[in-house]
Amino acid sequence: MEWWKSFPAMDDLRLTEIKKAIDSGFLQFTRTYGVVIEDFFAPLKSFLIWSEKLAITTPWPIVVLVFSAIAYASTRSWRIALGTTVGFCLIGYLGMWEDAMKTVSMIFASTLVSIALGLPVGILMSRYKWLRVSVTPVLDVMQTMPTFVYLIPVVMLLGIGKVPGLIAVVIYALPPVIRLTDLGIRLVDAEVLEAADAFGSSPWQKLVKVQLPLALPTIMAGINQTIMMALAMVVVASMIGVQGLGQPVLKAIANQYFTLGLFNGLAIVAIAIIFDRISQAFGRRLQNVRGHEQ
Amino acid sequence: MSGLAIEIRHLYKLFGGKAGNLIALAESGLGRAEMLSAHNHVLALSDINLHIESGRIQVIMGLSGSGKSTLIRHINRLIDPTSGNVLVGGTDVTRLSVKELRQFRREATAMVFQKFALLPHRTVLDNVVYGLEIKGVARAEQERHARKWIDRVGLGGYERRLPSQLSGGMQQRVGLARALCNDAPILLMDEAFSALDPLIRVDMQSVLLDLQKEIRKTIVFITHDLDEALRLGDRIAILKDGLIVQNGTPEDIVLTPADDYVSAFVKEVNRGRVLTLSSVMRAGEPAQSPLGLTADLTLEEALSRMIAADASEAAVLSTDGVLLGRVRFTDIVAATLRTSVGTDAGLPVFAHTGCLRGSHTVSV
Ligand SMILES: Nc1ncnc2c1ncn2[C@@H]1O[C@H](COP(=O)(O)OP(=O)(O)OP(=O)(O)O)[C@@H](O)[C@H]1O
Ligand SMILES: [Mg+2]
Repeated sequence: MEWWKSFPAMDDLRLTEIKKAIDSGFLQFTRTYGVVIEDFFAPLKSFLIWSEKLAITTPWPIVVLVFSAIAYASTRSWRIALGTTVGFCLIGYLGMWEDAMKTVSMIFASTLVSIALGLPVGILMSRYKWLRVSVTPVLDVMQTMPTFVYLIPVVMLLGIGKVPGLIAVVIYALPPVIRLTDLGIRLVDAEVLEAADAFGSSPWQKLVKVQLPLALPTIMAGINQTIMMALAMVVVASMIGVQGLGQPVLKAIANQYFTLGLFNGLAIVAIAIIFDRISQAFGRRLQNVRGHEQ
Repeated sequence: MSGLAIEIRHLYKLFGGKAGNLIALAESGLGRAEMLSAHNHVLALSDINLHIESGRIQVIMGLSGSGKSTLIRHINRLIDPTSGNVLVGGTDVTRLSVKELRQFRREATAMVFQKFALLPHRTVLDNVVYGLEIKGVARAEQERHARKWIDRVGLGGYERRLPSQLSGGMQQRVGLARALCNDAPILLMDEAFSALDPLIRVDMQSVLLDLQKEIRKTIVFITHDLDEALRLGDRIAILKDGLIVQNGTPEDIVLTPADDYVSAFVKEVNRGRVLTLSSVMRAGEPAQSPLGLTADLTLEEALSRMIAADASEAAVLSTDGVLLGRVRFTDIVAATLRTSVGTDAGLPVFAHTGCLRGSHTVSV
């Protein structure tokens, strides 16, 4: 009755062998293709460097002004615009300007990459049911797999730095854009689509002139979630060499610097709130323009 | 562009997963009720045969669920038939490739939808240009046409509004302008005027009739309003449970309804506007009146002319002036009121007594 009391597991030796085999297989793969993959991501790397440089070298008053203006333009609320100004000024005054800019540029880049990947995938998913059926579980894995687990192969492949950091962030933050693009397109009124068909729209015309515009508020909700999830990854990403507000937090944990951790944490929160309000208000305004809420 | 003839042959539409297998049953005569109870499929259309001449207005009437919308959607193949053919201007629409079908819809048809189906994110102007935009017409040209039709349906000044900012009737007129702007030889109108108030409705009917005088389009028009059907239709087809029970001229439908279902539709009709003198005149009798009226006048028009001339009877003439017979004022009034005058031959005997009313809608 031994098997009844403890689970009849594979014997340790064979289990270790299997794990070793997989590990060495992957290692082999990284050795052979590491360079190729790195080259593949080279354009992404220069884009990341460029956007970080832009964020850091732009004089701070201009950055504050631009963000406050965007906040006002999208929300039409002086309160949020003022909050944005104050938030950024406080971050700068407390000595976190450069780190904050690095984080902002990282968020910007990973959001762009997520949209660039997520939008087409979402569109295709809405069109082909088999694709939706096969991509959905992948998205579930991306969202629920503990982040540290997929950091391992990413680091093995690409080492430590901006690109692996961005990939980790994108893996975590990509699913909402895909899901909500797919959903938004499928929610478009069948009668409106029928009218588009009746006038002889091609699939592309239908997508660009009808489906995407009508799905836009939903897609914006996805982008908002993506931005928030990317910000949530800032500290984790700093473990694999992404610079920004995450690194001081990491240092604070290691050395028990409470105030350092708190300040940088609050800076992340402030940026999150600002980005959230801006992108949400933008989505809402799109909806209002379409008259769903008037 | 002037019209194209439409020919519908042995058209069946069965909704449900196994339509392909079950269609043989429908073709061998299984009815809608049995199809639903025994096989859980909806037989929406059953052996529809309809010839619509080019440049004519074909009205389709029938109770809710009788298959009108399904039928009209077969003409531009928004719905694929389960079996049967739809020929437009000689081409079989059911055999067009995807690309040909797209071209056919762009060039040959325009549609007004029962539920408007406007593009909610586009302004009135951008909705109306949609068909031309899809065809690749230059923007200035699109707008020129669109503004003309927006004005014609009485929405001038609303170009920049969104559909959600308009009333139901205004939205429906946007749908109308959008279809007319496309300038297609075939117009498919699914309850296109149903949301309009009576005054605007009559105005829109006139738009359509005026249009027919200039450029004769082939129009398929679904309505629940008998007066509208009689005013617009060159022919009226009555659908019942997916079958055409009668298809004829307005006068045919009113004078000789095929069954009780059709009679129910025409019961409340304003006969004075449908019947012509030819149906009430006493043929061959000599006329003693100096007043001559042509046989194709409606009873209403004939009455008002006789009143104007203070005549109690009139001679009935053919359009080229040949004397056909005579008609008495009381004959016309009796026919209008559906009362029998009794004695004389040559007069239809009317069973019911109704009264002359302005407008009736068959409620369904
Ligand atoms: N996509 C569909 N799937 C299943 N059944 C359908 C579908 N479309 C229509 N039907 C059925 O076909 C029948 C005819 O519907 P249709 O819309 O043509 O009626 P209608 O004459 O236009 O009615 P109304 O006057 O209410 O507009 C109805 O019984 C309806 O339930
Ligand atoms: Mg209908």
